[in-house]
Amino acid sequence: MSKFKKKKSGDSPGISTASLPDIVFMLLFFFMVTTVMKETDLLVKVQLPKASEVTKIERKDLVGYIYVGKPLEQYTATMGTEARIQLDDAFANVDEIAEYVAKVRDAIPEETERKQLTMSIKGDGEAKMGLITDIKQELRDAQAYKLNYSTLKEEVRY
Amino acid sequence: MARRGIPEINAGSMADIAFLLLIFFLVTTTLETDFGIQRKLPPKQEDIVDPPPPINQRNIFTVLINKDDQLLVEDEFATISQIREKAKRFINNNGDGTCDYCTGARSSSSSDNPTKAIVSLQNDRGTSLGMFIAVQNELTAAYNELRNELAQRKYGRDYENLPKDRQKEIRGLFPLNISEAEPVDI
Repeated sequence: MSKFKKKKSGDSPGISTASLPDIVFMLLFFFMVTTVMKETDLLVKVQLPKASEVTKIERKDLVGYIYVGKPLEQYTATMGTEARIQLDDAFANVDEIAEYVAKVRDAIPEETERKQLTMSIKGDGEAKMGLITDIKQELRDAQAYKLNYSTLKEEVRY
Repeated sequence: MARRGIPEINAGSMADIAFLLLIFFLVTTTLETDFGIQRKLPPKQEDIVDPPPPINQRNIFTVLINKDDQLLVEDEFATISQIREKAKRFINNNGDGTCDYCTGARSSSSSDNPTKAIVSLQNDRGTSLGMFIAVQNELTAAYNELRNELAQRKYGRDYENLPKDRQKEIRGLFPLNISEAEPVDI
């Protein structure tokens, strides 16, 4: 028995792990705080259509979003049940798009990159093309020629 | 007088619990990725100084979608699943024989050359966006398949796996010419 006791006296003490939870909690809080859930609250119902031949948007800072869909239930009393446009956090009319494009374009810090501005239409699959066409005409007026029809990605069926 | 009795809670498993939470948040956090079909809008008509050159009717592949989401492709009723094959046959046709990489049937009533072939997509104001995107998707798929086949023949690899300059070359051989016309009542 005495043999075991002797051996222990030469060991270095183990590293204290008492502060490990603190470190991990710090990481945890960091991730929780930096995670952005969603930038805008949707006021319209958007069920994106599916497509397989899609491209990914690489530069999110060069994109402005136009949401198109039927107003959510709590807004149908004031906004009706027809598909509407949402820009930022509010309902908008078609003629406000040019203003919005200018705003998004001015928010791009590098002036050389302003031409690469892409407008992304996040439209509900049941929205009518009439409204989408009006938006397209406004975008042409505002000289925002790069357009993206936002879709969900579907597996390729060859 | 030192109090004795309450033993300290073992904090050794705290780290495990915190790790578990951390991993949970890492896994459930999905960075929202945005996908879509990208298109370029044409400039407004009054900005164009020269009138556009006349286009031979056989170089235009018309796709009409009416307000009930029904399709009319080259004056024939069609379903969504037929568009891809029809578009491929049209683009790849090589009517005037100037396209040495085409494998088409060389029909005299279809397009002359892939660089001249134009797909014209017209929709009604009542067409649904879902149908419009489905058609756009099929037309893009037709171009993608043709580019892929050419890349396989020429370089033995898929289009996506080619270096940037080769991709550009193949893109130039099968340029994406889809015209979204102004809406009309169909």
